[in-house]
Amino acid sequence: MSKIIQSRRSMLGTMGGSMLSVAAIGVLGNTSVAHAMDGHEKDMSGDVAILNVALGLEHEAIGAYQIGAESGLLEKGVLDVAVLFQGHHKGHRDALIAAIGKMGGTAVESKTTAQYVEELDIANTVKGQADVLKLAQKLERGAANAYLGVIPSFSDDGLKQISGRLAADEASHWAILSHVLGESFPAEPLMFGG
Amino acid sequence: MTVAYKILLACAAGGLVTAAAAHDPESTGDADKGAEIYEASCTGCHSLDRNRIGPAHRGVYGRQAGTAEDYNYSAALAAAGFTWDTAKLDEWLTNPQAMVRGTKMGFRLGDPQKRSDVIAFLKRESAQTEQ
Repeated sequence: MSKIIQSRRSMLGTMGGSMLSVAAIGVLGNTSVAHAMDGHEKDMSGDVAILNVALGLEHEAIGAYQIGAESGLLEKGVLDVAVLFQGHHKGHRDALIAAIGKMGGTAVESKTTAQYVEELDIANTVKGQADVLKLAQKLERGAANAYLGVIPSFSDDGLKQISGRLAADEASHWAILSHVLGESFPAEPLMFGG
Repeated sequence: MTVAYKILLACAAGGLVTAAAAHDPESTGDADKGAEIYEASCTGCHSLDRNRIGPAHRGVYGRQAGTAEDYNYSAALAAAGFTWDTAKLDEWLTNPQAMVRGTKMGFRLGDPQKRSDVIAFLKRESAQTEQ
C-alpha cells in the first residue's frame, strides 16, 4: 500500500512540474505584453488581490486531488483522470504565481494537507470513490463560476480573457466528472455564471 | 395630453414600480433557490461552517464585516465597520471591490434575483446552528 501511495506521489509530482512552463509562459506572455503597451502605471492591486484568491482556489484543488489520489479509494482509470486534472491545476497555480510576482504582488502559500482535510470536511464526507468524485465535481463547478464571476472586476482585459480560459478548463473538468458519476447533463443552456 | 397618452404614462409608471419591487432583495429572495445558487456559485471559495479561501458564512447575516473567527481578512474589510444586512450584502455581491476598496473578493453575482435568493439563504442559515 505504501509503495502504491509513493508511486502516486511521484507521479503527481512529475506531472505538475511538466505543466509549469507551458501554462506560465502562455498566460504571462499575454499579460506582460498588455502592461508593457499601456505606457503608464495603473493601480493593479485589485487585480492582484483577485489573482491571489484564484491562487488559493488552485492550491485547494491541488490539495483535494492529492488527498483523493492518496486515499486508495480510486480505481486506476479514475486515478489517471484525477492526476491529469491535478496537473492542469498545477499549471494554473504556476501561471498565477508568476503573474502575481510580475505585477508586484506576493503570492499566497498553499495550506497543509491536514488543513484541507479539515476545511473540506473530508473525514465526514469522503468514504468511497463516488464521494471523491463528487467533491472534485463540486470544487470544479465552484471554480468555474468563480472565474466567470470575477471577469467584470478585472481592470486588465488580458486578465479577463485568462479568467475565461481558466473557467473553461474547470468547466471541462466538471463535465467529465459529471459524466463519470453518471449524472445527466443540464437541459438548460448557460450552465455557468450568473 | 390625450387620454391614450395618460394611460400609457400610468402603465409605464406602474411598470417601473413593479420593476423596483422585483429588485428589492429584502422582499423577493427565495432561500431554497438561494441554496442551489450558493452551492453552484459560492462553494468554490466558501463553506457555511469552515473558513477556506473565504470566511465561513454561517452567521454572516447580522455580523459585523471582517469579524469571522480565525479568518485572515484584508485590512480594508477588517476596518469596514458595518454590519451585514440585506442591503449591504446586495451591494457587496453586486461589486465588492467598488463597495470596499482593497478587499480580496472580486466575484460579482450580476443577476439581482440570484443575489436576493442567496441573501435569503444566508439569512436563513445564519439563524441556524452548524449541522
